Amino acid sequence: MSTAAPNVIEERESSILVKGRQRKSHLKCDADSIAGCVSQRACVYCGARVVLNPVTDAIHLVHGPIGCASYTWDIRGSLSSGSELYRNSFSTDLKENDIIFGGEKKLARAIDELVEKYKAPVVFVYATCVVGVIGDDLEAVCKKAAQKHGIQVIPVQSSGFIGNKSAGYQAACDALLRLIEPRSAACPPGNKHEVKSINYLGDFNLAGEAWIITEYLRQIGVEVNTVFTGDSKCSNLQKAPEASLNIIQCAGSMFYLAQQLEELYGIPYMRVSFLGLEDTSASLRSIAAFFKDLQMKRLAEELIQRETAAVKSQMEGYREKLKHKKAAIYVGGGFKAISLIKQFRELGIDVVMVGTQTGREEDYQTLHDIADDGTVILDDANPSELERFMTEKGAHLLVGGVKERPLAYKLGVAFIDHNHDRKHPLSGYVGAVNFAREVHATVCSPVWKYARGTGGGNYAGLPQC
Amino acid sequence: MPVYRNVNANPCNMCMPLGGILPFKGIEDAMVIIHGSQGCSTYMRRHIAEHFNEPIDVGSSSLNEKGTIYGGAQNLFQALDNIRKVYQPRLIGILTSCLAETIGEDVEGIARDYMKQRKPEDISLVAVPTPGYGGTHSEGYWLAVKNIVSHLARPAKKHGGVNIIVPNLSPADIREIKRILGLMGLQYTLVPDISDTLDRPIARPYTKIPPGGTPVEAIRDMPGAVATIQFGLTVEEKLSPGYYLQSEFGVPLYNLPVPMGVEATDMFVNLLEKLSGCNVPQTLAMERGRLLDCMVDAHKYSAQGSAAVFGDPELVYAVARTCAENGLYPAVLATGSKSNGLEQLLSPIIAECPQKVRIIKETDFALIRTACRETGANIAIGHSDGKYLTEKEGLPLVRLGFPIHDRVGGQRLLSTGYAGTTMFLDRIVNTILENKHNNYRATMYRKFYRNTGEERYCAER
Repeated sequence: MSTAAPNVIEERESSILVKGRQRKSHLKCDADSIAGCVSQRACVYCGARVVLNPVTDAIHLVHGPIGCASYTWDIRGSLSSGSELYRNSFSTDLKENDIIFGGEKKLARAIDELVEKYKAPVVFVYATCVVGVIGDDLEAVCKKAAQKHGIQVIPVQSSGFIGNKSAGYQAACDALLRLIEPRSAACPPGNKHEVKSINYLGDFNLAGEAWIITEYLRQIGVEVNTVFTGDSKCSNLQKAPEASLNIIQCAGSMFYLAQQLEELYGIPYMRVSFLGLEDTSASLRSIAAFFKDLQMKRLAEELIQRETAAVKSQMEGYREKLKHKKAAIYVGGGFKAISLIKQFRELGIDVVMVGTQTGREEDYQTLHDIADDGTVILDDANPSELERFMTEKGAHLLVGGVKERPLAYKLGVAFIDHNHDRKHPLSGYVGAVNFAREVHATVCSPVWKYARGTGGGNYAGLPQC
Repeated sequence: MPVYRNVNANPCNMCMPLGGILPFKGIEDAMVIIHGSQGCSTYMRRHIAEHFNEPIDVGSSSLNEKGTIYGGAQNLFQALDNIRKVYQPRLIGILTSCLAETIGEDVEGIARDYMKQRKPEDISLVAVPTPGYGGTHSEGYWLAVKNIVSHLARPAKKHGGVNIIVPNLSPADIREIKRILGLMGLQYTLVPDISDTLDRPIARPYTKIPPGGTPVEAIRDMPGAVATIQFGLTVEEKLSPGYYLQSEFGVPLYNLPVPMGVEATDMFVNLLEKLSGCNVPQTLAMERGRLLDCMVDAHKYSAQGSAAVFGDPELVYAVARTCAENGLYPAVLATGSKSNGLEQLLSPIIAECPQKVRIIKETDFALIRTACRETGANIAIGHSDGKYLTEKEGLPLVRLGFPIHDRVGGQRLLSTGYAGTTMFLDRIVNTILENKHNNYRATMYRKFYRNTGEERYCAER
């Protein structure tokens, strides 16, 4: 299959490949989006906000015009066991005059007002595009406010034009490192393996996912010290240096933080994945192996056996109905895409297209290695490419975010929501069943029977369930 | 109540370019680009897609650091090239973001240069300056409609049709307005027409630009119409397409409230009667009668409501009128916009209200919440973000307007015309009834049996 088609943009061709049909295995990625390509990517601010928002007792103040705060107000399914402060979206709501005369004074007053009202231990101040251009000195304003109120006021360098969502992840990680830093003197790195305590990086506690994993770990004798960031309190995060291991779920957003925590506090890190049965079991085993604790290994095996047995018949039922269906994947990061391929295999589903918004070279190498021949692999796709490849490959199902959903439906393709808004967990054994149930509910829905023949390219090919 | 505040806590409005996208989605074969950094278009697409449950394709010039420093003309050229290649539109809207405006991009100039250099055939580029700090999505919407009209309109031969200019209404509302126009036997050009494009049937083949929308030729001919009917009483002259057509081409402007409620729908239907010379057909007369029947059936329940209405100024005004004519008096009327003329427009309605009405402009939900507490409002009417009032204050929310992102069917909500008003009224009254049923036992128990005096302010009144 050639990637050349009448309305394909040439500059995009280096970001698309078909496994086994082309000699190249390298894909252009981690680059700026091409103008006019209708990229599905979000911005630096979005990346930063996603990562920091689950700090539940923080004031999240967006310094800029209203839109950025408006589009991010309480739309995430990240849960809290305590404070609900993070579910507010505060903005300095900059207007024309503020742009002309500068927004520093307004920002300082906004911080004063919010700290007075909410008594939070930390304020995150997010920079937006204009702030980067009008030259407001965020560092200076935040420093002054921190001194005045005796709390941490941390600027987040998230101006939209300085990069893509990944740059936002890094800006958020930098802010988190600053949050931890004052405490670091109190807990010097040492021989921490005696305490079986870990930090869990890259789980945003969507629908309680971090709680599910924390409970698994507790059962095998590991204590979760803090989660970056899901149901996270400022004081918990500050204890991060006390842990003996960092496990990383969402590597795209958290790999940098893990590296920094190793460098600064001597905490080793390990990549894990709790999406799907196979990955969940493998992750629990590697954590137990890290601690070189026989008792823990035994408990892990028991848990794996117990939980796997509990879901076995359900999973087999779904597999029977879903095998040989074809799935397309278009998600935010490489980590999720890799896990999803494995998860689909558990259900007997073939992946025919896989792409991400912000995957990195090593992610694409892995995707290329594990994908079947003929799979379309692409970075920073757009609606036109998604439409084309889903249709060409006869996908029955797409996994993606809110923007991709209506496109899939119009094309007669079933859809799985794998985004931050969801209200049901997809992690762990319980999540694997939820995932299978959702795939079944959408692929085998009777609605397709009626829509078939009138809809987009794939209706005709939709199989019987 | 003009307020200068340092913090907006939980916004009630969106930004100017988001509002600017919507009208372009109601023009036939049109696409739209946001000149700015990549995130803007993505956030807005996501927000709009959730409301309509439709694919919302919006290009971006994807400005990066370099473009920000040296100017973004090259990015915008590339964006226009690529959008034309993939979508083959006949019209492209170019909206600016905060970033593009702050670095002083002359988008109109860039668009002119593009036309000169590329010489594309049969395509119009419509630039709309929409910095996020320049106003809310409401102003962005109206400015985009005005610029589309002023860009395309040219002296045209007189024809018998009328121009209809609509605010940000649901596709179902627009379909209803079109049905009424059809029943009255009028030729018309309705701008912008999202009734098919943003509420698209499942149909083969899938096209990248949804079929429907106002044809570009029809907009060109708007100056030849006998009249313009604009549902835009809250719109300032400088943003008003109807005013533009009147002052530039002498097309008489009838500025009317959105046809919701019996009075406002009468105003619309009576005007159509006058313009068409046709009598109101029996179908419409029956619908009017049924609305009156519904109003009478429900009036005692309506009287139990005290409404907090929020959202686009045009819709707030229309809903306030509709509520007041049913004896369901508004307690709080709030909009995120500046909306200079709103108080004056509302004053006759407020004069009829038995209690003091809070009007809040440039509001956020923190202010609305406080006002609801203080006035004892017991029902909220507005877009989905009002769920905050439900969560925090127990106020039931009747969803109306944009965005409705936590329920399906925002695009199908019908509230205009006699038939639509009837459905709207049913939704409101049934919410009052349901809330009463859910709360009255406990309330009465607390109030009279235990006599604790802890009556929840929002429950029974």
